[in-house]
Amino acid sequence: MITTQRILTPEMVAQIEALAPRYPNRRALTLPALHIVNDCLRYVPFEAVVEVAQLLGLAPAEVQDTLSFYEFFPQDKPSGRTRAWVCRSVSCALRGGEEILDHICHAAGIDPYGTTTDGALTVEPAECLGACDFAPCMLAGKTLYKNLTKESAEAFVRDARSPVGTPS
Amino acid sequence: MTTFQPVLLEAVGVAGSHTLASYRSRGGYAPLERMLKEKQPADVIELVKSSGLRGRGGAGFPTGLKWTFLPKDHPGPIYLCINADESEPGTFNNRILMEDDPHQVIEGIILSAYATRATTAYLYLRYEYPLCWDRLQGAIDEAYAAGLLGKNIQGSGFSLELYLHRGAAAYICGEETGLIESLEGKRAWPRIKPPFPAIEGLFRKPTVVNNIETMACVAQIARRGVEWFRSIGVPSDPNNPRDPGSYGPKLYCLSGHVERPGCYEAPLGITARQLIDGQGGGVWKGRKAKAVIPGGISMGLMTEAELDTPLDFAGPGKVGCLGLGTAAVVVIDETVSIVDFLHNSCRFFAHESCGQCTPCREGTAWSLRMLERIRAGKGRLKDLDLLAEIGNTMGMMPGSTICGLADGAAWPIKNAIKKFRGEFEDYIKRTNPSGWMVTDPVPALQIVGAH
Repeated sequence: MITTQRILTPEMVAQIEALAPRYPNRRALTLPALHIVNDCLRYVPFEAVVEVAQLLGLAPAEVQDTLSFYEFFPQDKPSGRTRAWVCRSVSCALRGGEEILDHICHAAGIDPYGTTTDGALTVEPAECLGACDFAPCMLAGKTLYKNLTKESAEAFVRDARSPVGTPS
Repeated sequence: MTTFQPVLLEAVGVAGSHTLASYRSRGGYAPLERMLKEKQPADVIELVKSSGLRGRGGAGFPTGLKWTFLPKDHPGPIYLCINADESEPGTFNNRILMEDDPHQVIEGIILSAYATRATTAYLYLRYEYPLCWDRLQGAIDEAYAAGLLGKNIQGSGFSLELYLHRGAAAYICGEETGLIESLEGKRAWPRIKPPFPAIEGLFRKPTVVNNIETMACVAQIARRGVEWFRSIGVPSDPNNPRDPGSYGPKLYCLSGHVERPGCYEAPLGITARQLIDGQGGGVWKGRKAKAVIPGGISMGLMTEAELDTPLDFAGPGKVGCLGLGTAAVVVIDETVSIVDFLHNSCRFFAHESCGQCTPCREGTAWSLRMLERIRAGKGRLKDLDLLAEIGNTMGMMPGSTICGLADGAAWPIKNAIKKFRGEFEDYIKRTNPSGWMVTDPVPALQIVGAH
């Protein structure tokens, strides 16, 4: 017997529906819905795109069209438990941001956009994070890391990879 | 002149500054309550119009005038969108306002919604500002609980819902019609104008899009009055009837190679040199500046010799820059290769071009490929002419694109080639001694993906 496993949990659907009164149509829920799914799963697989589309009364292609524009929602596999964005725009680059990015990737043993084999950490280059007063900087999850040095970058990688849960 | 006292930033560094109690203790929301009782929406529009406030998001369009473009006696709904997608490299003034004084922003939003008769406001916040999200949501919850948002605000009969909407890390969402498309759940492709948003914007209804700092200015104009606002800054040029002047305080973001990077409030018209040497403590490590970005990377470059340029709306244009932009001043010291700077700039725009208009999609990627090749020691002098040609032909100003992103990409290219051509030529001749003079077509090094 085939059972179809739903990707969107009742909790996710409830979170999405709670936002519905804010907008005059359901298409405007696309980005909030994708964020809710991504916050829970750390990616938005194609099956979730189809379910979001069904929920919002849209064609899957419409949701995928929007999603693919932002290059923000991974689709193949989840991001690491910590997703880090290292700024490489002008103000950070002037203060060593590119070297910090290289250093973090080297310390984690991955290329930019890669995820460590234990699923702990994904590192991505970012355009201006709007924290140029603390250059070079990085956003990891909800934490802004300010005035990074090689030492603090290494410490960050170490902490992110310390065992705090089961790898995804 | 006495020392300038910060107004927009008065709460920065004060413990608990983001709370309603703190904002109330500084006199906050009293002007709003007075306006709701005593003034009609048209009076508030007139107030902002007569203040001379120009939008702080980058384009500098007069805010009150923008509001008057809304259709008269429209049955509604009218929408107010607050642009907090602050993504211009070097810019973080809105972040500071949202983190440290969110109620100042919210008071400005309520006043602006009242003036424009908007009953729903969406604050589009970039993803990269999680602390702003928490602070704003906390402040919005407080404002609802205090009857400052929601139905029948303070018994005035005026109602307003204010919602946060989270972006997803795309620079183009800061373009007002890109923002609108993104809010509607689509890819953030800017719209062809007209129709302008005031006529047909969000959900095809009349819409005003304003910046966070603009909202804070509206709150301060309501509190301190038009005369106070007009006493600060640079008056309009009497010889130019089309110059609306540069009135009021402005938040300048100072970053890069300065001793004290930070967000500083100063009267519009402070010179780049005053800002760098005064608030910024000078160029770091006792070095000299090679180049300075006057207002976000899109605005181009000033040379050291141009640093006495006043940073008002008209100033940077006088030295060949695009304008004041976001007033984000980035200092590049004398040790930096201008080739590396331009590579960084071109990479940013190639990544952030939305891909809708061919000249921008191709021009930004092509310029990056050339910079990659020049840095790999395979540059030719002809590349400089090609880069200049790209800079001159993509954008709204040459009329080849829908939005201004390409103009922003073009200005650093044009300014760098024009003002630092000698350095480019030396670099190319030094790194490609056998091929710098070649003019045959060459293959690019690698494919560059668009955003």
